[in-house]
Amino acid sequence: MSGQSNQPREPREIPTAFAIAEALRIAMASDPNVILMGEDVAGGGRRPEGTDEMGGIMSVTRGLISEFPNQVLDTPISEMGILGTAVGAAVTGLRPVVELMFMDFIGTCLDPLLNQASKFRYMFGGKARIPLTVRTVTGAGMQAAAQHSQSLYWMTAGIPGLKTVIPSNAADAKGLLLAAIRCDDPVVFCEPKGILFLSTDVPEGDYEVPIGKAKIVRVGSDVSLVGMGATVGMALQAAEELARDGISAEVLDLRSLAPLDEDAILTTLAKTGRLIVVDEATPRCGIASDVAALCVDKGFDFLNGPVRRVTAAMCPVPFTRVLEEAYMPSTARIVEAVRSLI
Amino acid sequence: MQPTPEILQVAYRTMRTIRSFEEKLIELVNQGKLGGFLHACIGQEAIAAAVCAHLKDHDYVSSTHRGHGHCIAKGVDVRGMMAELFGRSTGTCRGRGGSMHIADIEKGMLGANGIVGAGIPLATGAALTAKLKKTGGVGVAMFGDGASNQGAFHESLNMAANWQLPAVYVCENNGWGEFTPTEFVVPVKDIAERARSYAMNSMIADGMDFFDVYAKAGEVIARARRGDGPTLLECKTYRFTGHYVGDPLVYRVKAEADEWINNRDPLKLFEARVTGEGLLAADNLRSIDEEVTERITEAVKAAQEAPFPDPSELMQDVYAVN
Ligand SMILES: Cc1ncc(C[n+]2csc(CCOP(=O)(O)OP(=O)(O)O)c2C)c(N)n1
Ligand SMILES: [Mg+2]
Repeated sequence: MSGQSNQPREPREIPTAFAIAEALRIAMASDPNVILMGEDVAGGGRRPEGTDEMGGIMSVTRGLISEFPNQVLDTPISEMGILGTAVGAAVTGLRPVVELMFMDFIGTCLDPLLNQASKFRYMFGGKARIPLTVRTVTGAGMQAAAQHSQSLYWMTAGIPGLKTVIPSNAADAKGLLLAAIRCDDPVVFCEPKGILFLSTDVPEGDYEVPIGKAKIVRVGSDVSLVGMGATVGMALQAAEELARDGISAEVLDLRSLAPLDEDAILTTLAKTGRLIVVDEATPRCGIASDVAALCVDKGFDFLNGPVRRVTAAMCPVPFTRVLEEAYMPSTARIVEAVRSLI
Repeated sequence: MQPTPEILQVAYRTMRTIRSFEEKLIELVNQGKLGGFLHACIGQEAIAAAVCAHLKDHDYVSSTHRGHGHCIAKGVDVRGMMAELFGRSTGTCRGRGGSMHIADIEKGMLGANGIVGAGIPLATGAALTAKLKKTGGVGVAMFGDGASNQGAFHESLNMAANWQLPAVYVCENNGWGEFTPTEFVVPVKDIAERARSYAMNSMIADGMDFFDVYAKAGEVIARARRGDGPTLLECKTYRFTGHYVGDPLVYRVKAEADEWINNRDPLKLFEARVTGEGLLAADNLRSIDEEVTERITEAVKAAQEAPFPDPSELMQDVYAVN
């Protein structure tokens, strides 16, 4: 982190949504090539008699249009056009940040990511730069139902050339977003619903959290709980519960899904010998499976038992609360998984 | 095309049911009794009622996130719909879908939809089925002004025009897409103009005037049924309430909304005309109002008393064959 001093400072708790806005503000102020594009990112904000109170459906970009009138672009509801335009702009000198309102909508605009942005650098013999960031809301838990609740980061993480990051708290959100915007690769930045309105201590000023580095968020010795985004909080809670029974759980926050910090995963596995990975996404072809495969492939000698995956169910996200709860991973399911190992 | 008194009665009941359903759910949200993302269509009732007045069960309608009105007008049972909003097992989709996914294929309702623009090709597909299987049916897409900026809209219109499908594209232009005024994101004055790119027939109707929509929808649906090709029918309307239930509406000038709400309410305009022309008596409308209120109250009560699905149902119906 740059600009850090050794002076103790007052904690400043702000929600993840605000931390994201801070990162956008810093990025746009420090580089006029950074533009923000998306549906309703300004809302009625450009109306002479209007306000800039909306700032997207989650109010993350509230007020930015007034501060950066030339860098904030409200778009039509044209995801294919938005993403494709952003890729074209990125490769020709701008540094666009696109807001894709919910990650579920990626179905309407996959090509610019899948066949364009992700492949340019390689396909063009290393002669292209694609400084593109796609911010997108992921996750269930708000009864937003089947088309507004999916965690599809496994899709983007599975595409070579694309990076995918997912913060678990406000401070990381700010630092990861700044790193994503300044990165010359296309980065998908996930904003899990479960943390958007949770507050944590966020440093002032400009700092980056490096892409590709996981972080131990709780030290332990009996079992490793690997989480990402909103599941890190669940894992921490589970660790708290387990501690009361004398089980010491270490919690690793992946922060970056592609690239994946294999060293960090193998290091914690080597330490505890048992690993559970907690993922909000569906179980097939996903991050949880990747982590499990890594443990078996490169960490086999460390394993004192099976690797367990605690994930969403392999079905569309149901609307009604009882089924949505049954669908999602939870602290209780993590605790249960740990007990099955110890 | 003059609607008969019987048709007018049904239409009024439909419009009143939609209005009451939406008012009730806003009330329920304010009481903290409903969760999820809900979008009310108050102000747009005449379009659903007038279009669906020309449709039968074998005609298909695709809808949007703002879909309650279309569902009601297409004959989906309000008890099931209300139970769906409450997430009960008696809901139209057994509580699994919620507001944005209410569907009833048997009634020809292809579903509300959480993806803006997604319904437009679905209705086009229904029109293709109708044409190839010679069912005599039509496919009708209901969608917003905002959706007309999606590729799915343009691709669908092009295909329907090329294949001369029995399809009708009903754009409910309510002046807003979420918090963004339509004129900020749509360069043409009328959405209907967009049909010209596809050599498609188009019409503009006053979406607040049941009679106007009824006449024009009747004409273009009949045309599609005859095999004379698709139409883009733009209905000018207004969203009386917020984009979603709970929307603070800070982005919209109140005077603009008041103008529509006070002077262009489709139910009031309907009543003034039918009573003024002696087509229906005011008493008749009041008794429909009462009947509707009772039905909605009953639907809420039944929904609240119904059981939730059992968690063991989570993995049901993911596939036809497991
Ligand atoms: C593909 C996609 N993009 C964005 C959204 C978010 N969204 C939901 S409704 C809406 C506005 C739609 O405007 P319009 O089509 O005019 O319909 P209205 O809400 O006015 O009825 C938007 C942007 C979505 N659900 N799906
Ligand atoms: Mg609209």
